[in-house]
Amino acid sequence: MPGMPFRIQHPTLYKRIVVSHNSVLCLGPSAGVGPSIDRKRVSSFAPSIVSPKSKTKSKKSSASEEPEDFQEDIDLKAFQDHRVNKRLTAEEKLDLYTLMVRIRRFEERAVRGYQQGKIGGFLHDYIGQESVAAGSIPLMEGEDQMITAYRDHGQALAVGMSMKECMAELYGRHTGCSKGKGGSMHFFAPDKHYWGGHGIVGGQTPLGAGLAYALKYRGIKACALCFLGDGAVNQGAFHESLNLAQLFELPVVYIIENNGYSMGTSQDRSSTYVDCLAKRAEGYNMAWDYGNGHLLYEVRARVLEAMERARKKSLPTLLELKTYRYRGHSIADANFEKYRTKEEIKRIRETLDPIMVFQNLLIEEGLLDEDKVKEIDKAARQEALEAAEFADQSPYPPEEEIVTDVYWTTDNPGKHDNQGRIFFND
Amino acid sequence: MAETETATNMREIAYREAVREALAEEIERDENVVIMGEEVAQYNGAYKVTEGLWKKYGDKRVVDTPISEAGFIGMGIGASMLGIRPVMELMFFSFAYVAWDQIVNNAATIRYMSGGLINIPIVIRGPANAGTNVGSTHSHTPENLFANFPGLKVVCPATPYDAKGLMKTAIRDNDPVYVLENTLLYGLKGPVPEEEYTIPLGLAEVKREGTDLTIVAHGRAVLSSLKAAEILEAEHELSVEVVDLRSIRPLDEETILNSVRKTNHALYVEETKPFCGVGAQISHLIQSQAFDYLDAPVARLSAIDAPAIYSDPLEKIQLPNPQRIIQVALGMF
Ligand SMILES: Cc1ncc(C[n+]2csc(CCOP(=O)(O)OP(=O)(O)O)c2C)c(N)n1
Ligand SMILES: [Mg+2]
Repeated sequence: MPGMPFRIQHPTLYKRIVVSHNSVLCLGPSAGVGPSIDRKRVSSFAPSIVSPKSKTKSKKSSASEEPEDFQEDIDLKAFQDHRVNKRLTAEEKLDLYTLMVRIRRFEERAVRGYQQGKIGGFLHDYIGQESVAAGSIPLMEGEDQMITAYRDHGQALAVGMSMKECMAELYGRHTGCSKGKGGSMHFFAPDKHYWGGHGIVGGQTPLGAGLAYALKYRGIKACALCFLGDGAVNQGAFHESLNLAQLFELPVVYIIENNGYSMGTSQDRSSTYVDCLAKRAEGYNMAWDYGNGHLLYEVRARVLEAMERARKKSLPTLLELKTYRYRGHSIADANFEKYRTKEEIKRIRETLDPIMVFQNLLIEEGLLDEDKVKEIDKAARQEALEAAEFADQSPYPPEEEIVTDVYWTTDNPGKHDNQGRIFFND
Repeated sequence: MAETETATNMREIAYREAVREALAEEIERDENVVIMGEEVAQYNGAYKVTEGLWKKYGDKRVVDTPISEAGFIGMGIGASMLGIRPVMELMFFSFAYVAWDQIVNNAATIRYMSGGLINIPIVIRGPANAGTNVGSTHSHTPENLFANFPGLKVVCPATPYDAKGLMKTAIRDNDPVYVLENTLLYGLKGPVPEEEYTIPLGLAEVKREGTDLTIVAHGRAVLSSLKAAEILEAEHELSVEVVDLRSIRPLDEETILNSVRKTNHALYVEETKPFCGVGAQISHLIQSQAFDYLDAPVARLSAIDAPAIYSDPLEKIQLPNPQRIIQVALGMF
């Protein structure tokens, strides 16, 4: 519940992952080429949405054109009966719902803080995409790790970071998760296996491979989730990472949060692709999947499959989840209604809003009613408000903090025989 | 002191062997140490630094990577966050630029931006020198660039002894350390003890004592300076002290300043380019901390300020050599 670390544990999964895989690890290509995998889309599920038609970018679509997949019929109840969802208890379902509400209310409160001038710089909110973080991250268990880009608040709350430490970080306060040194784009909580928060588009994707590398190197059967945007798929470092991930058979799941736009550039104006972005994985002989990221149950099902592939077989997956952001790229995006139509935003909000869709399902399942919805919402708003108050009352980091946390050596005097000067502040 | 030191089991080994010994010893000492890079394993290293390591330690500890510097260095950084100690070889540091974001953004800032929660104990090593007749793209000397990033440590060993001792310390260090070697030095032999030793980062060494002029240098320029010092002494009766920085960041200011206070003359010699170079930083240090001791302006000799030229005789002129060092030194008096 609000404020509490959020991680649903699934004891049954532990049994499942103890499928032996080679524990004498041979990570280099010298270990031989990995088993050839099915180059086709790996998901065994019927797609709940039909992926967009092949686009080899012959024409530039205008901002008013809508992504085709939104025009398809969508089964909002898809994956309700998938094992990963069937095993959820009523309480766990409500926790997942609550998490999405908390993310949204947190972001709205942060936007307000920005408008009040309490938060500076960039603020990339997660409103509309909540189901991706809430659908995937609670599936983490044991030694699983994750890393993401700069749109990182939703993931932070999902791993169990408190609204207070997150809000305080936005406010640049010493009580923030990074002591006010990282800001909106650079949240970290390694104790919760959350390795950032990365501001350079695509820059975190090799790090994600590295987390998986470390797990494999140590013989730990776990996986790393690495989130990226639909714009990041065009970064070279990402493609290098895909090649490395498959070559070294790393237990990493790359999750493209495809919200249709990279800043003001639509997917069709930035990417050539066949069917969808994830299909690029075929060029790397890597398993891939594509799904509707608005639907929490579907996210859980597809992410779990990919995580299992990573944990059991030590193989990577490229998973694309279609999602949408309602607001600007960052709060400073005054054009957010110009590179797409207001109708597009409205229609997706009204038909596919992840909180609304899941709320309806839970109401249908008899787990939610109007009162409970209000109660959860009120608690989330209250928690966000308290986080803002906490942030506001927190001190800024003292000036000495400018030069701490730069080097381990300087922060640990005496533990190291280092003798020279490493700061030059004259 | 000197006696016992020579009495320890010194032997002459080449610079590349010294680096290799450091790698091997650290592989054996710490199971988290893994060597990665292009051609480091089966091919035995483009410059044979890692020769034999793959055969001895196998696929897990010595790993060939594809030609994806951003990818594999970023992967190393990610792995280091979880406690692996990757020692990444760049075939040339000239190739660092395709991995620039990983090298100077992720490696240098993650500890800071996480409020000290995460360490990046990675080593990136490889040759970083001009003078091998390979043209500009392969002749970069980026030590000054890296040293400009708080969060990074930069080491430039000039001798086999320093190469081994500094490499071992770099691997054990909890911060990112970039060790810039030199292909022209790989074959150079020098005394290295049989016994294990390490050299702290941030500790310069007076490689030759003198009273009239302090030459401060790093990397191969130290050796050119030592040669010049011999000639200056023999032919010009000038007693030259040569201070080898060894580590550029952290920087041992005291050793530099003590020497300059004694000789009252300072000359910086470096093979990197002059503009915003290491020498610029050191001359600033000297003028701000030892101004009253100076009998002449701080002098500086760097590579001639142009992209590295290919043509062999001109390339030799472009880099500081003993003749040019002597010229500049004499001009100070
Ligand atoms: C290397 C780099 N180039 C450009 C930027 C500026 N920038 C920040 S976010 C962004 C758009 C990225 O879009 P996408 O990957 O789709 O992620 P989203 O914002 O939609 O979550 C751009 C161009 C950056 N941060 N890093
Ligand atoms: Mg996007």
